[in-house]
Amino acid sequence: MKRFFGFVVKEFYHISRDRRTLLILFGIPVIQILFFGFAITNELKNVRIAILDQSKDVVTDRITDKILSSGYFILEKNLQTNDQVWQTFKEGKVRAVVCFQPQFAKHLESDKKASVQIIADASDPNTANMITTYISAIVSSYSTELLNGQQIPYAISTQVRMFYNPDLKGIFMFVPGVMVLILMMVSTTLTSISITREKEMGTMEVLMVSPLNALSVIVGKVTPYLFLSLINCASIVLLSVYVFGMPIQGSIVLLFAEAALFIFAALAIGIYISTIANSQQSAMLISNLGLNLPTIMLSGYMFPVSSMPLPLRWLSNVVPARWFITIVKGIMLKGVGIEYLWKETLVLIFMAVFFTFLSVRNYKVRME
Amino acid sequence: MRKILYIVRKEYLQVFRNKSMLPTIFLMPLVQLLVLVNAATFDIKNINLFVVDRDHSVYSRDLVRHYKATKYFVLTGYGDTYQQGIDQLQKGSADVVLCIPPHFERDVYKQNTTKIQLLVNAIDGASAGVINAYSAGIIQSFNANIMTEFAAPGLQSVPLINVTQSYWFNPELDYRTYMVPGILVLLVTMVILSLTSLNIVREKELGTIEQLNVSPIKKYQFIIGKIFPFWTLGMVNLVFGLIIAKGLYHVPIVGSLGTIFLFASLYILTLQGIGLFVSTRSETQQQAMFINWFFNTLFMLTAGLYTPIESMPQWAQTVTYFNPIRYFVEVMRMVMLKGAGVYEIRVQLLCIFTFAVVMNSLAVWSYRKRA
Repeated sequence: MKRFFGFVVKEFYHISRDRRTLLILFGIPVIQILFFGFAITNELKNVRIAILDQSKDVVTDRITDKILSSGYFILEKNLQTNDQVWQTFKEGKVRAVVCFQPQFAKHLESDKKASVQIIADASDPNTANMITTYISAIVSSYSTELLNGQQIPYAISTQVRMFYNPDLKGIFMFVPGVMVLILMMVSTTLTSISITREKEMGTMEVLMVSPLNALSVIVGKVTPYLFLSLINCASIVLLSVYVFGMPIQGSIVLLFAEAALFIFAALAIGIYISTIANSQQSAMLISNLGLNLPTIMLSGYMFPVSSMPLPLRWLSNVVPARWFITIVKGIMLKGVGIEYLWKETLVLIFMAVFFTFLSVRNYKVRME
Repeated sequence: MRKILYIVRKEYLQVFRNKSMLPTIFLMPLVQLLVLVNAATFDIKNINLFVVDRDHSVYSRDLVRHYKATKYFVLTGYGDTYQQGIDQLQKGSADVVLCIPPHFERDVYKQNTTKIQLLVNAIDGASAGVINAYSAGIIQSFNANIMTEFAAPGLQSVPLINVTQSYWFNPELDYRTYMVPGILVLLVTMVILSLTSLNIVREKELGTIEQLNVSPIKKYQFIIGKIFPFWTLGMVNLVFGLIIAKGLYHVPIVGSLGTIFLFASLYILTLQGIGLFVSTRSETQQQAMFINWFFNTLFMLTAGLYTPIESMPQWAQTVTYFNPIRYFVEVMRMVMLKGAGVYEIRVQLLCIFTFAVVMNSLAVWSYRKRA
């Protein structure tokens, strides 16, 4: 046991002497969370638009005012002719052009009808869709004003309740994902690289002939990373709670127990990778391509899994992060307990056991 | 010149002999373009809808039918109590619960008004907003139906502003058209950065750098020799990706390929400068990889690849000016989808040129022949 501790201490020294890696290791969760919380958002804001007003009357002025005072849009420039629209889009400065037909107010007065055309740059379809929806809503609210309080038989009204995230903060969505990415990075990628490094450098042989048995070597190597992962996990939770006001509705003990389970699974995968990779470079490639990318793309971290085509939805089931993200959201935001999360937990346990088994087997084969 | 060629030849040999290197360079684009492009969508589809219908009337069923008729909602089940609805949200088996109150139909008829409740799982705030908008649209059309049923007179004389929308450059609003050029950038970036940032530090760790250090090669020759092979690989990669984009996803390439290649050549050079700088500054491959990962993540998130840059606060927008990926993503979309030419992308070209010069000078400067 004493030998084992000695080994763990050696590993800790190893890690703590590499100041740069350590700095990044603790810095990146902080920076990522801050960026996600303060900078990155899907919402529509400060969208630059141009206006092509061929009428320039009271009504068009009024509508333009309404659009610009909504807070979503900024007027980049006023266009004079139709031909300018194309060039403006090509320069990429505006996302949409609002065109009023000539003699707008006159038509509205005499024909009771006038038209506005919204031309959106749909090379970003999502934003384009949001822009046209918002502008249409603004114009139609102006139409309602024209009714001058005439009662419309508006039959059904909806009362919407936003559960779990009433202010629709983007950060709530991203915290679990950032947590997962960091844990994967530390537990899987770093671990696999540090074991392969011993192989590449030839120092693995030295460890093999030492009185420590193979299991202790591996456990000793991963223990420091387990600690680092837990510290990272704690710092992310602290930041999201104290800086961004994210609640922990459920039990914090359960949250960390599940995190430990996930870390365990991730470490097992890391060890497995190190048994199949021969060089640090290939360990890195396998964990990047095989793990980090699928984690970012298929775990529901950024893109909703339910919107993906069916084969990808199937594929997402084998990504451990997907299950952990559901668990974190469940505990922190919904406040549910294990009775709702037992399925996800079981999947993670299964993955952890499966990869432990695989790496133990591979390891033995190599030893003999 | 001959000395440079020797290094170039050595690097090529190393790449082609390494079995894990080639698949990464050529398989990765394929996998990324096949998988990621389909995954990376903010389109909201297949929203799980649970209905708590406490009225069981013709109207309530009609309303549910309106929801089902759109391609967005998938009905997962019916319940009778509010609590059941909450339960479905907790379990995660429903994204939205539609609660129709008792006497829904009677109230519409008699009082001309009634209220329904929509419970939305808003953990993903952006999706929740979209779900809400979809739902509002459905209710509006349902209302319009009722209105025509009651045939409100006098409504005809109300002035009407007609709003039409047209979507340029991507009339079908296909998300893939938007993502493919961006993902292409991502792919070139990942390959080039990981190859170059590990390159010199690997020689350091394995000790082979000593041999290069005692050779008569000059610093700049060494750096050029290291840069050129990977630069060609990056370009080949881009061509490969463009072929997939065009052939598989039918992404239009409106602008000229020459413009894309002009910009890409400078962009790849910039990446290599960054990679080599990291490589000369690191002591171990692990460290290099980690630094690389750090910048990669930050650059990627602030490149406007997934979320629009103008939605960011001003300080963050200023930060993105120092992000080379941002420029390439912008240029790819402008040139491929909108047909921008060299004149339209002049600012981006100037920025990337400055980047390339600065980063490569840094790389040459920080490489010491003795270390």
